[in-house]
Amino acid sequence: MKIAVASGKGGTGKTTVSSSLVSVWDSPVIAMDLDVEEPNLHLFLNPTFTGSRPARMEIPEVDQALCTLCGKCSDLCQFKAISLMGKVLMTFPEMCHGCGGCLAICPENALHPIHRELGEIAWGHAGETKFLMGRLRIGEAMSPPLMRQVKKRLDEMQAASPDQPKDVITDAPPGVSCPAINAVMDSDVIVLVTEPTPFGVYDMKLAHEAFTPMNKPMGVVVNRAGLGNSEIYDYCAAKNLDILAEIPYDRQIAEAYASGVIISESSDKMKQIFLELAEKIKQKAGEVCRG
Amino acid sequence: MDKVAVTCESPSLEAQVDPRFGRAAGFLIVDPDTMEFEYIDNGSTQVMAQGAGIQAAENVSNSGAKVLLTGYVGPKAFQGLAAAGIKIGQNLDSMTVRQAIEKFKAGEVEFAEASNKEGHWK
Repeated sequence: MKIAVASGKGGTGKTTVSSSLVSVWDSPVIAMDLDVEEPNLHLFLNPTFTGSRPARMEIPEVDQALCTLCGKCSDLCQFKAISLMGKVLMTFPEMCHGCGGCLAICPENALHPIHRELGEIAWGHAGETKFLMGRLRIGEAMSPPLMRQVKKRLDEMQAASPDQPKDVITDAPPGVSCPAINAVMDSDVIVLVTEPTPFGVYDMKLAHEAFTPMNKPMGVVVNRAGLGNSEIYDYCAAKNLDILAEIPYDRQIAEAYASGVIISESSDKMKQIFLELAEKIKQKAGEVCRG
Repeated sequence: MDKVAVTCESPSLEAQVDPRFGRAAGFLIVDPDTMEFEYIDNGSTQVMAQGAGIQAAENVSNSGAKVLLTGYVGPKAFQGLAAAGIKIGQNLDSMTVRQAIEKFKAGEVEFAEASNKEGHWK
Protein backbone atom coordinates (compact mmCIF):
# COMPACT_ATOMS: atom_id res chain seq x y z
CA MET A 1 0.00 0.00 0.00
CA LYS A 2 1.21 3.46 -0.89
CA ILE A 3 0.15 6.29 1.40
CA ALA A 4 0.72 9.90 0.31
CA VAL A 5 0.72 12.54 3.02
CA ALA A 6 -0.18 15.78 1.25
CA SER A 7 -1.68 19.19 1.95
CA GLY A 8 -2.68 22.33 0.15
CA LYS A 9 -1.02 24.76 2.49
CA GLY A 10 2.59 24.28 3.50
CA GLY A 11 3.55 23.98 7.15
CA THR A 12 0.38 22.19 8.22
CA GLY A 13 2.18 19.09 9.47
CA LYS A 14 2.90 16.69 6.60
CA THR A 15 6.26 15.71 8.03
CA THR A 16 4.83 15.48 11.55
CA VAL A 17 2.24 13.02 10.25
CA SER A 18 4.58 11.13 7.89
CA SER A 19 7.30 10.56 10.48
CA SER A 20 4.76 9.55 13.14
CA LEU A 21 3.05 7.09 10.79
CA VAL A 22 6.42 5.53 9.98
CA SER A 23 7.09 5.20 13.70
CA VAL A 24 3.77 3.58 14.70
CA TRP A 25 3.19 1.43 11.57
CA ASP A 26 2.84 -2.22 12.55
CA SER A 27 5.30 -3.45 9.95
CA PRO A 28 8.47 -1.96 8.45
CA VAL A 29 7.84 0.63 5.76
CA ILE A 30 9.65 2.51 3.05
CA ALA A 31 9.65 6.19 3.97
CA MET A 32 9.99 8.39 0.90
CA ASP A 33 10.48 12.15 0.98
CA LEU A 34 9.20 13.57 -2.30
CA ASP A 35 9.23 17.17 -1.08
CA VAL A 36 12.46 17.50 -3.03
CA GLU A 37 12.53 21.29 -2.89
CA GLU A 38 12.94 21.21 0.85
CA PRO A 39 13.22 17.65 2.11
CA ASN A 40 13.09 17.33 5.89
CA LEU A 41 11.78 13.85 6.73
CA HIS A 42 15.36 12.66 7.26
CA LEU A 43 15.75 15.18 10.09
CA PHE A 44 13.20 13.18 12.09
CA LEU A 45 13.95 9.63 10.98
CA ASN A 46 17.75 10.10 11.16
CA PRO A 47 18.53 7.45 8.54
CA THR A 48 21.97 6.06 7.87
CA PHE A 49 22.60 6.83 4.22
CA THR A 50 23.97 3.92 2.23
CA GLY A 51 23.86 5.28 -1.29
CA SER A 52 23.23 8.24 -3.53
CA ARG A 53 23.42 9.21 -7.16
CA PRO A 54 23.05 12.41 -9.16
CA ALA A 55 19.79 12.86 -11.03
CA ARG A 56 20.12 14.26 -14.52
CA MET A 57 17.76 15.04 -17.36
CA GLU A 58 18.32 14.96 -21.12
CA ILE A 59 18.14 18.33 -22.83
CA PRO A 60 18.96 19.22 -26.46
CA GLU A 61 22.12 20.71 -27.89
CA VAL A 62 22.17 22.07 -31.43
CA ASP A 63 24.67 21.22 -34.13
CA GLN A 64 24.35 24.48 -36.06
CA ALA A 65 26.13 22.97 -39.08
CA LEU A 66 23.38 20.38 -39.55
CA CYS A 67 20.39 22.61 -38.65
CA THR A 68 18.39 23.79 -41.67
CA LEU A 69 16.24 26.20 -39.56
CA CYS A 70 13.07 24.25 -40.41
CA GLY A 71 11.60 25.23 -37.03
CA LYS A 72 9.89 21.91 -36.28
CA CYS A 73 11.50 21.65 -32.83
CA SER A 74 10.69 25.28 -32.03
CA ASP A 75 7.04 24.80 -33.02
CA LEU A 76 6.78 21.64 -30.95
CA CYS A 77 8.29 22.96 -27.72
CA GLN A 78 5.58 24.31 -25.42
CA PHE A 79 8.15 25.73 -23.01
CA LYS A 80 10.28 27.82 -25.40
CA ALA A 81 13.34 25.82 -24.40
CA ILE A 82 14.29 25.67 -28.06
CA SER A 83 13.46 28.63 -30.24
CA LEU A 84 14.02 29.62 -33.85
CA MET A 85 14.99 33.26 -33.60
CA GLY A 86 15.40 34.68 -37.06
CA LYS A 87 18.27 32.70 -38.54
CA VAL A 88 19.49 31.22 -35.26
CA LEU A 89 18.20 28.17 -33.40
CA MET A 90 18.65 28.95 -29.71
CA THR A 91 18.31 26.72 -26.66
CA PHE A 92 17.39 27.83 -23.16
CA PRO A 93 18.55 24.83 -21.10
CA GLU A 94 16.89 25.79 -17.82
CA MET A 95 13.48 26.05 -19.51
CA CYS A 96 13.55 22.46 -20.77
CA HIS A 97 11.17 19.91 -19.21
CA GLY A 98 13.08 17.00 -20.73
CA CYS A 99 10.27 15.58 -22.87
CA GLY A 100 12.68 14.69 -25.69
CA GLY A 101 10.23 15.81 -28.37
CA CYS A 102 12.69 18.06 -30.18
CA LEU A 103 15.30 15.30 -30.30
CA ALA A 104 12.72 12.92 -31.79
CA ILE A 105 11.23 15.31 -34.34
CA CYS A 106 14.40 16.81 -35.84
CA PRO A 107 14.56 15.54 -39.44
CA GLU A 108 18.25 16.45 -39.81
CA ASN A 109 19.59 14.83 -36.62
CA ALA A 110 20.91 18.27 -35.76
CA LEU A 111 20.01 17.86 -32.09
CA HIS A 112 21.74 15.55 -29.65
CA PRO A 113 21.15 15.06 -25.95
CA ILE A 114 23.27 16.63 -23.23
CA HIS A 115 22.33 16.72 -19.55
CA ARG A 116 21.15 19.13 -16.95
CA GLU A 117 21.72 18.22 -13.32
CA LEU A 118 18.46 18.16 -11.36
CA GLY A 119 19.76 17.22 -7.95
CA GLU A 120 20.48 14.07 -6.03
CA ILE A 121 18.73 10.91 -4.91
CA ALA A 122 19.80 9.38 -1.61
CA TRP A 123 18.74 6.26 0.26
CA GLY A 124 19.45 4.37 3.42
CA HIS A 125 17.71 2.95 6.46
CA ALA A 126 16.64 3.89 9.96
CA GLY A 127 16.33 0.66 11.91
CA GLU A 128 13.97 -1.50 9.87
CA THR A 129 12.63 1.49 7.97
CA LYS A 130 13.96 1.89 4.45
CA PHE A 131 14.48 5.52 3.55
CA LEU A 132 14.54 7.29 0.19
CA MET A 133 14.65 10.96 -0.74
CA GLY A 134 15.43 13.45 -3.48
CA ARG A 135 17.08 16.82 -3.08
CA LEU A 136 16.68 19.41 -5.82
CA ARG A 137 19.80 21.29 -6.93
CA ILE A 138 19.79 24.87 -5.66
CA GLY A 139 18.68 27.05 -8.57
CA GLU A 140 16.79 24.23 -10.30
CA ALA A 141 13.14 25.16 -10.86
CA MET A 142 11.58 21.85 -11.91
CA SER A 143 11.00 19.17 -9.35
CA PRO A 144 8.77 16.57 -11.11
CA PRO A 145 11.60 15.16 -13.28
CA LEU A 146 13.65 14.59 -10.11
CA MET A 147 10.62 13.14 -8.30
CA ARG A 148 10.13 10.64 -11.13
CA GLN A 149 13.71 9.47 -10.62
CA VAL A 150 13.17 9.04 -6.88
CA LYS A 151 10.12 6.90 -7.68
CA LYS A 152 12.16 4.95 -10.22
CA ARG A 153 14.65 4.19 -7.46
CA LEU A 154 11.74 2.99 -5.31
CA ASP A 155 10.73 0.58 -8.09
CA GLU A 156 14.32 -0.65 -8.32
CA MET A 157 14.44 -1.24 -4.56
CA GLN A 158 11.18 -3.14 -4.61
CA ALA A 159 12.18 -5.18 -7.65
CA ALA A 160 15.63 -6.01 -6.30
CA SER A 161 14.46 -7.92 -3.26
CA PRO A 162 11.15 -9.57 -2.40
CA ASP A 163 11.54 -8.94 1.34
CA GLN A 164 11.32 -5.14 0.98
CA PRO A 165 8.58 -3.51 3.04
CA LYS A 166 5.27 -3.53 1.20
CA ASP A 167 3.98 -0.26 2.55
CA VAL A 168 5.33 3.10 1.37
CA ILE A 169 4.69 6.34 3.26
CA THR A 170 5.35 9.40 1.12
CA ASP A 171 5.92 12.91 2.44
CA ALA A 172 4.56 15.00 -0.46
CA PRO A 173 5.31 18.61 -1.34
CA PRO A 174 2.63 21.19 -0.51
CA GLY A 175 0.43 22.91 -3.06
CA VAL A 176 -1.72 21.60 -5.88
CA SER A 177 0.54 22.09 -8.90
CA CYS A 178 2.65 19.54 -10.79
CA PRO A 179 4.93 18.51 -7.88
CA ALA A 180 2.00 17.81 -5.53
CA ILE A 181 0.08 15.89 -8.21
CA ASN A 182 3.21 13.95 -9.11
CA ALA A 183 3.69 12.90 -5.49
CA VAL A 184 0.16 11.58 -4.95
CA MET A 185 -0.75 10.22 -8.40
CA ASP A 186 0.38 6.66 -7.82
CA SER A 187 -0.61 6.34 -4.19
CA ASP A 188 -3.44 4.16 -2.91
CA VAL A 189 -4.59 6.57 -0.21
CA ILE A 190 -4.17 10.32 0.18
CA VAL A 191 -3.99 11.83 3.65
CA LEU A 192 -4.63 15.59 3.55
CA VAL A 193 -3.09 17.39 6.49
CA THR A 194 -4.57 20.77 7.28
CA GLU A 195 -5.23 23.19 10.09
CA PRO A 196 -8.49 24.95 11.03
CA THR A 197 -7.31 28.40 9.94
CA PRO A 198 -8.70 30.32 6.94
CA PHE A 199 -5.51 29.64 4.95
CA GLY A 200 -5.50 25.98 5.94
CA VAL A 201 -9.12 25.52 4.95
CA TYR A 202 -8.83 27.42 1.68
CA ASP A 203 -5.77 25.51 0.50
CA MET A 204 -7.16 22.17 1.67
CA LYS A 205 -10.23 22.74 -0.50
CA LEU A 206 -7.96 23.40 -3.48
CA ALA A 207 -6.05 20.19 -2.78
CA HIS A 208 -9.26 18.21 -2.35
CA GLU A 209 -10.59 19.54 -5.66
CA ALA A 210 -7.30 18.92 -7.46
CA PHE A 211 -6.94 15.35 -6.19
CA THR A 212 -10.60 14.29 -6.51
CA PRO A 213 -10.43 13.42 -10.26
CA MET A 214 -7.83 10.76 -9.41
CA ASN A 215 -10.56 8.78 -7.63
CA LYS A 216 -8.43 7.77 -4.67
CA PRO A 217 -9.64 7.38 -1.13
CA MET A 218 -8.88 10.57 0.80
CA GLY A 219 -9.10 11.52 4.43
CA VAL A 220 -8.20 14.56 6.48
CA VAL A 221 -5.94 15.06 9.45
CA VAL A 222 -6.72 18.27 11.33
CA ASN A 223 -3.53 19.52 12.92
CA ARG A 224 -3.54 22.30 15.53
CA ALA A 225 -7.11 21.38 16.34
CA GLY A 226 -8.65 23.95 18.65
CA LEU A 227 -7.20 26.86 16.69
CA GLY A 228 -9.29 28.94 14.30
CA ASN A 229 -12.90 28.06 13.55
CA SER A 230 -15.17 25.19 12.53
CA GLU A 231 -15.10 25.78 8.77
CA ILE A 232 -12.91 22.77 8.07
CA TYR A 233 -15.36 20.48 9.87
CA ASP A 234 -18.31 21.95 7.95
CA TYR A 235 -16.50 21.47 4.66
CA CYS A 236 -15.54 17.86 5.42
CA ALA A 237 -19.11 17.06 6.50
CA ALA A 238 -20.53 18.63 3.33
CA LYS A 239 -18.09 16.77 1.09
CA ASN A 240 -18.36 13.46 2.92
CA LEU A 241 -14.66 13.64 3.66
CA ASP A 242 -13.64 11.65 6.74
CA ILE A 243 -11.57 13.30 9.43
CA LEU A 244 -9.12 10.57 10.29
CA ALA A 245 -7.38 12.27 13.19
CA GLU A 246 -7.08 15.50 15.12
CA ILE A 247 -3.78 16.64 16.55
CA PRO A 248 -4.31 19.18 19.31
CA TYR A 249 -2.92 22.71 19.19
CA ASP A 250 -0.30 22.30 21.88
CA ARG A 251 2.95 24.07 22.59
CA GLN A 252 4.61 20.80 23.69
CA ILE A 253 4.14 19.41 20.17
CA ALA A 254 5.82 22.45 18.66
CA GLU A 255 8.70 22.12 21.12
CA ALA A 256 9.15 18.42 20.36
CA TYR A 257 9.03 19.07 16.60
CA ALA A 258 11.57 21.89 16.88
CA SER A 259 14.00 19.57 18.62
CA GLY A 260 13.61 16.86 15.97
CA VAL A 261 11.41 14.49 17.97
CA ILE A 262 8.87 12.32 16.13
CA ILE A 263 5.56 13.48 17.58
CA SER A 264 4.08 10.01 18.05
CA GLU A 265 7.11 9.24 20.24
CA SER A 266 6.68 12.40 22.33
CA SER A 267 3.89 11.04 24.58
CA ASP A 268 1.54 8.07 24.99
CA LYS A 269 -1.39 10.29 24.09
CA MET A 270 0.22 11.22 20.76
CA LYS A 271 1.19 7.63 20.07
CA GLN A 272 -2.45 6.63 20.51
CA ILE A 273 -3.63 9.32 18.06
CA PHE A 274 -1.29 8.03 15.36
CA LEU A 275 -2.02 4.34 16.03
CA GLU A 276 -5.69 5.12 15.44
CA LEU A 277 -4.81 7.15 12.34
CA ALA A 278 -2.77 4.26 10.93
CA GLU A 279 -5.73 1.95 11.50
CA LYS A 280 -8.15 4.32 9.77
CA ILE A 281 -5.82 4.74 6.78
CA LYS A 282 -5.76 0.96 6.34
CA GLN A 283 -9.54 0.87 6.52
CA LYS A 284 -9.74 3.62 3.90
CA ALA A 285 -7.54 1.63 1.54
CA GLY A 286 -9.56 -1.50 2.30
CA GLU A 287 -12.85 0.17 1.41
CA VAL A 288 -11.62 0.54 -2.12
CA CYS A 289 -10.23 -2.97 -2.38
CA ARG A 290 -13.62 -4.34 -1.37
CA GLY A 291 -15.52 -1.85 -3.49
CA MET B 1 13.94 53.27 -42.65
CA ASP B 2 13.64 49.87 -40.97
CA LYS B 3 10.34 49.00 -39.36
CA VAL B 4 10.02 49.56 -35.63
CA ALA B 5 8.11 47.30 -33.22
CA VAL B 6 6.57 49.01 -30.21
CA THR B 7 4.82 47.17 -27.36
CA CYS B 8 1.32 48.60 -27.00
CA GLU B 9 -1.72 48.15 -24.81
CA SER B 10 -4.13 48.50 -27.78
CA PRO B 11 -3.81 48.76 -31.59
CA SER B 12 -3.32 52.54 -31.92
CA LEU B 13 -0.49 55.07 -32.18
CA GLU B 14 -2.15 56.89 -29.27
CA ALA B 15 -2.07 53.75 -27.06
CA GLN B 16 0.30 53.63 -24.13
CA VAL B 17 3.53 51.71 -24.59
CA ASP B 18 3.01 48.42 -22.74
CA PRO B 19 5.84 48.45 -20.18
CA ARG B 20 6.23 44.67 -20.28
CA PHE B 21 7.89 43.19 -23.32
CA GLY B 22 7.29 39.45 -22.92
CA ARG B 23 3.69 39.67 -21.80
CA ALA B 24 2.76 42.80 -23.77
CA ALA B 25 -0.78 42.84 -25.16
CA GLY B 26 0.56 43.40 -28.66
CA PHE B 27 2.99 45.16 -30.96
CA LEU B 28 2.55 47.96 -33.42
CA ILE B 29 4.92 47.43 -36.32
CA VAL B 30 5.43 50.98 -37.51
CA ASP B 31 7.04 52.43 -40.65
CA PRO B 32 8.66 55.52 -39.08
CA ASP B 33 8.72 57.41 -42.42
CA THR B 34 4.97 57.17 -43.10
CA MET B 35 3.72 56.29 -39.60
CA GLU B 36 1.70 53.49 -41.21
CA PHE B 37 1.43 50.49 -38.93
CA GLU B 38 0.17 46.97 -38.55
CA TYR B 39 -0.84 45.31 -35.28
CA ILE B 40 0.44 41.97 -34.04
CA ASP B 41 -1.45 40.42 -31.18
CA ASN B 42 0.83 39.05 -28.47
CA GLY B 43 -1.94 38.06 -26.07
CA SER B 44 -1.15 34.34 -26.33
CA THR B 45 2.05 34.87 -24.35
CA GLN B 46 0.04 36.17 -21.39
CA VAL B 47 -1.24 32.68 -20.68
CA MET B 48 2.07 30.88 -21.14
CA ALA B 49 3.44 29.21 -18.02
CA GLN B 50 6.96 30.08 -19.08
CA GLY B 51 8.85 31.41 -22.08
CA ALA B 52 6.64 34.44 -22.77
CA GLY B 53 9.66 36.66 -23.42
CA ILE B 54 11.18 34.18 -25.83
CA GLN B 55 7.87 33.80 -27.68
CA ALA B 56 7.48 37.58 -27.88
CA ALA B 57 11.01 37.87 -29.27
CA GLU B 58 10.10 35.30 -31.95
CA ASN B 59 6.97 37.30 -32.76
CA VAL B 60 8.94 40.51 -33.22
CA SER B 61 11.61 38.71 -35.22
CA ASN B 62 8.95 37.21 -37.52
CA SER B 63 7.39 40.66 -38.03
CA GLY B 64 10.51 41.83 -39.85
CA ALA B 65 11.06 44.77 -37.47
CA LYS B 66 14.70 45.61 -36.81
CA VAL B 67 14.13 47.90 -33.83
CA LEU B 68 12.10 47.36 -30.66
CA LEU B 69 10.82 50.11 -28.38
CA THR B 70 9.43 49.00 -25.02
CA GLY B 71 9.63 49.30 -21.25
CA TYR B 72 11.32 46.32 -19.69
CA VAL B 73 13.00 43.31 -21.28
CA GLY B 74 13.99 40.17 -19.41
CA PRO B 75 17.29 38.36 -19.91
CA LYS B 76 16.11 35.54 -22.19
CA ALA B 77 14.02 37.81 -24.38
CA PHE B 78 17.02 40.12 -24.64
CA GLN B 79 19.25 37.23 -25.68
CA GLY B 80 16.69 36.17 -28.30
CA LEU B 81 16.21 39.66 -29.71
CA ALA B 82 19.95 40.20 -29.86
CA ALA B 83 20.41 36.89 -31.70
CA ALA B 84 17.77 37.97 -34.22
CA GLY B 85 19.68 41.21 -34.77
CA ILE B 86 17.00 43.49 -33.31
CA LYS B 87 18.08 46.73 -31.63
CA ILE B 88 16.40 47.31 -28.29
CA GLY B 89 15.25 50.62 -26.83
CA GLN B 90 14.18 50.16 -23.18
CA ASN B 91 12.63 52.30 -20.43
CA LEU B 92 10.19 53.87 -22.90
CA ASP B 93 7.11 53.29 -20.78
CA SER B 94 4.77 56.07 -19.55
CA MET B 95 4.32 57.48 -23.06
CA THR B 96 2.26 56.78 -26.16
CA VAL B 97 3.46 54.69 -29.09
CA ARG B 98 3.58 57.86 -31.21
CA GLN B 99 5.75 59.63 -28.62
CA ALA B 100 8.12 56.65 -28.48
CA ILE B 101 8.47 56.65 -32.27
CA GLU B 102 9.07 60.43 -32.32
CA LYS B 103 11.76 60.01 -29.67
CA PHE B 104 13.37 57.29 -31.79
CA LYS B 105 13.23 59.43 -34.95
CA ALA B 106 14.81 62.34 -33.07
CA GLY B 107 17.73 60.06 -32.23
CA GLU B 108 16.94 60.22 -28.52
CA VAL B 109 16.70 56.45 -27.99
CA GLU B 110 19.88 54.79 -26.81
CA PHE B 111 20.03 51.13 -27.68
CA ALA B 112 20.52 48.79 -24.75
CA GLU B 113 23.53 46.59 -24.19
CA ALA B 114 21.83 44.47 -21.54
CA SER B 115 18.49 43.44 -20.14
CA ASN B 116 16.89 45.81 -17.63
CA LYS B 117 14.76 43.25 -15.81
CA GLU B 118 15.69 40.18 -13.79
CA GLY B 119 14.46 36.81 -14.97
CA HIS B 120 12.10 34.55 -13.07
CA TRP B 121 14.42 31.59 -13.52
CA LYS B 122 17.88 32.52 -12.42
